[in-house]
Amino acid sequence: MGTAHDILVAGKPPRSVFLDFPLGNTAGRPFMPQEQYDITRATMEALENMSQPGQLVALDHKWSEDEAWKVTAMNDGHGDQRQTRDLIPRYQFQSDRIAAEEKSKSSLQD
Amino acid sequence: MGPVQYIQATINRYTKLGYEPYRFFHADEAPPWSALNKPLSQCRLGVVTTSGTYVEGQVAFFYKDDTSIRIIPKDTPSETLRFSHVTEHYLDNARQDPNTVIPLDSLLRLERDGVVGEVANDVLSCMGGIYSQRKVRDELAPALLEQFVQQQVDVVVLVPM
Repeated sequence: MGTAHDILVAGKPPRSVFLDFPLGNTAGRPFMPQEQYDITRATMEALENMSQPGQLVALDHKWSEDEAWKVTAMNDGHGDQRQTRDLIPRYQFQSDRIAAEEKSKSSLQD
Repeated sequence: MGPVQYIQATINRYTKLGYEPYRFFHADEAPPWSALNKPLSQCRLGVVTTSGTYVEGQVAFFYKDDTSIRIIPKDTPSETLRFSHVTEHYLDNARQDPNTVIPLDSLLRLERDGVVGEVANDVLSCMGGIYSQRKVRDELAPALLEQFVQQQVDVVVLVPM
């Protein structure tokens, strides 16, 4: 599955299913379970039916009527901002760090 | 309008930030091919997401070539799923509804509907933003393969961010 057509083409996985949605929505929009299911199911059907190495099947789903989001995606700098590359785990929440550290302590005691 | 050119967008962004352009992997030969030898409805499906998913209580991913794997049981409640990825701006929707990049609800429904025989008990998760192609090839890929062999899956789907 993938929403970056050019990266799928460059990487050439054995079978690709392309969804023309913004990055971060590979399996559909948030809180749209039927759409998510339809996309995942169509992916499975494509997987079963593809017969050529490197084949790419494009799904019909559209993100929106207009395609302004694509211009934004090309220009807005939303991608990798080259934050510091280091070995420090980047927790989504501070509470996750505490939970992971607690778990690590208890497993050391076991 | 054609698809977004993410490789070019990344090159442009890096130039603006004063970094050398990242050399994306370009396959120079056709991919290997294994035909499915039975219907998908009889297959065990392996799943890997490269969206940097971890479960509350697990250690998060770091940003310098993290080649580690998290094991995510397929029945993990979505409210305990978290994300750490170098391009974290793309995670806004996943942090609201993880199913956008780790479609557990859809996969379990496909299993119930008999479209796939079975989803492997654990979904694998790793960091999608690894700069060293060597580390992906020599460390991450073999580790994923080992897990999938242990899971005895017939086929694998990769869900990037």
